[in-house]
Amino acid sequence: MSDGALRLREVRGPSALGGGWRRSLELLYLMASTEFKRTYFGTVLGYVWSLCRPLLLFAVLLAVFTHVVRLGRLVPHYPVLLLLNIVLFGFFQEATATAVGSVVNQEAVVRKTQFPRLVIPLAVVLTSAFNLGLNVLVAFAFILGFGVSPMWTWLLLPVLLAWLLILTTAVAMILSSLYPRFRDVGIIWAVGSTALFYATPVLYPLQRISGTIGRIVALNPLTPVFELARRWIIQPDAPLAASTVDVVVPAAISVAICGLAVWIFTREAPRIAEEL
Amino acid sequence: MSMPNAPVGGEVAGGLDARTVRHARLLRAPPVIEVHDLEKTFRIPDQRLSSLKERATHPLARRTYRELHALRGISFDVRLGEFFGIVGRNGSGKSTLLKIMASIYRADGGRVRMAGRLAPFIELGVGFNPELTSRENVVMNGVLMGLSRQEARRRLDAVLAFAELEEFTDLKLKNYSSGMMVRLAFAVMVEADADVMLIDEVLAVGDAAFAQKCVDVFRARRDAGRTVVLVTHDMATVQSFCDRAMLIHDGELRYIGDPEEAALRYYRLNFGGEGEDSDGPGAGDVPDVNVRVIDAWLENERGERIENVEQGRPIELQVIVEARHDLVSPVFGFHFLTADGFQVFGFNRTIARAAGETDVVRAGQRVRVAGTIENPLLPGRYYVRAIVSRNRSGGDLALQPLRILEFVVYGTQRGAGTVSVNASVDASVEPEL
Repeated sequence: MSDGALRLREVRGPSALGGGWRRSLELLYLMASTEFKRTYFGTVLGYVWSLCRPLLLFAVLLAVFTHVVRLGRLVPHYPVLLLLNIVLFGFFQEATATAVGSVVNQEAVVRKTQFPRLVIPLAVVLTSAFNLGLNVLVAFAFILGFGVSPMWTWLLLPVLLAWLLILTTAVAMILSSLYPRFRDVGIIWAVGSTALFYATPVLYPLQRISGTIGRIVALNPLTPVFELARRWIIQPDAPLAASTVDVVVPAAISVAICGLAVWIFTREAPRIAEEL
Repeated sequence: MSMPNAPVGGEVAGGLDARTVRHARLLRAPPVIEVHDLEKTFRIPDQRLSSLKERATHPLARRTYRELHALRGISFDVRLGEFFGIVGRNGSGKSTLLKIMASIYRADGGRVRMAGRLAPFIELGVGFNPELTSRENVVMNGVLMGLSRQEARRRLDAVLAFAELEEFTDLKLKNYSSGMMVRLAFAVMVEADADVMLIDEVLAVGDAAFAQKCVDVFRARRDAGRTVVLVTHDMATVQSFCDRAMLIHDGELRYIGDPEEAALRYYRLNFGGEGEDSDGPGAGDVPDVNVRVIDAWLENERGERIENVEQGRPIELQVIVEARHDLVSPVFGFHFLTADGFQVFGFNRTIARAAGETDVVRAGQRVRVAGTIENPLLPGRYYVRAIVSRNRSGGDLALQPLRILEFVVYGTQRGAGTVSVNASVDASVEPEL
């Protein structure tokens, strides 16, 4: 042991990032890749399954909305828009739903080792992000296949993905840190995320709805991601439902959610092991 | 040493000298763990109101908690290279203490300071994932134990070699037997090679051979000058390995210092009898015991005292003890243990009395236990532990383990294990039909 190692350091107990950045990043990578392998190497068709899910959902919704509700005719390139939206929202839904019980599922690790708490929800989001990346590629294949020509605004996609990723992480942090104490968070979120699916312009563009519901949807922090995706990726001439206010307000709400997430998580992190 | 009355000869005294030297060195060593006035309270809800609905429907009902003081102002130091034992009954707070040192729980008060890289082993094989191969699991576990990913990978071969599982590197863990799993987990611990190791009851798992392997590893760690903090119930380990031990009871530090004494007090706590309250004035450092060992020795057929016994020769044991209090129906137990603290055999004796005579040894009276014992021990170093208990039938049992003497069995017939037995077994070639 060197002399440097003999210097006494304060032991402050568990925290969101206890053990330092480097260790947290390594654990994050290991956990996410482990989870990814476990999900896709245990099954025969492997990754194909994760692709099948959004594609099947897409097929069903496409049938409903072009033949039953007939919304499809009013929106140009509706099938690919729907596919892209389902891929994006599917990521949010999958990541947050898995995040709810993630800390509780990692009980052994949380209670028996010095483990940076934040890594757990981050690993869940990262695993889903691997999926998102692959699914987006497939979605783009379809977009090209359906005759949408490439445009420079496609380069702006990372901005939207970053927004979605950060917001998803924040929600995952809140859910995973509250669940050990309040187990009904799981049930609430199962309903909540379904409600959010309809309160987000996934199946329809924002311009199609009006009134109070329209204003509520416009406040949804996820809304600008989907509205801008439509404009930047598929339909550059799509009328934005409203002014820049409709981007600024949800963005502000997003930032507020992130702040809340950091506050809740750092507050809960030191005691999570005791609540399990 | 806590056996001032035990006779020590040249051979054994050499061992004690080595221990004294080690102790002197440790006294000068710098502290690597400093715990000061540590407090921890768990709040246990009287009625578990963990759902939002319950809280929403009773917004004014304050949640009532029962407070559990797991630790009340514990302070101690552990020095560089020390083998430090923490003992206490279940629920005494010793595991909580370990978890605070390992940054798993946060303390409510006081401070903990630590030097060097720490590897906590609260449980073997934490984070093992049955769906992954042993290779992946070893890396994961290593990182959980505080290694970097590169270090963990570098140590992979050593881990698999130690676990003797090189051929099964790419087998998924779910296909391992439980024995293989334990071996793998233990190997990760051994190879983690941290400056400070915190170990909680690891010895509780596995069979005797595995426990022996643990002991070997502990000794190697100790000899390599590593600092080890061990939480355990096994007093034999405490007595044979620890440089110092600490007894915790009800979240309070009850004793810190000589491991023999810590073990003794632990036994006393466990079996009631002479309670803590009997620590009257002056009790301080002198163990408050029921009997005092006046003398204990081995002798040969001619009645001469010996420290070494030839293999196969019967052991002539002589022990004289003096009662410090009245002893009702005392039982004198003798355990023969290997140097590592494993019990080889033992026996109990009560005092021979005529029918109707009361079985009481008055304070100040002496008792001699003497006789011949068959000696099946293989060459090696052993010690004898005496355990005096009283009131066999009642719940008021006072146990007092004392390490009374050490001896060496010498001879040339070595073999597996610790004892040799007569086996009339022949090997011959079967006649062909």
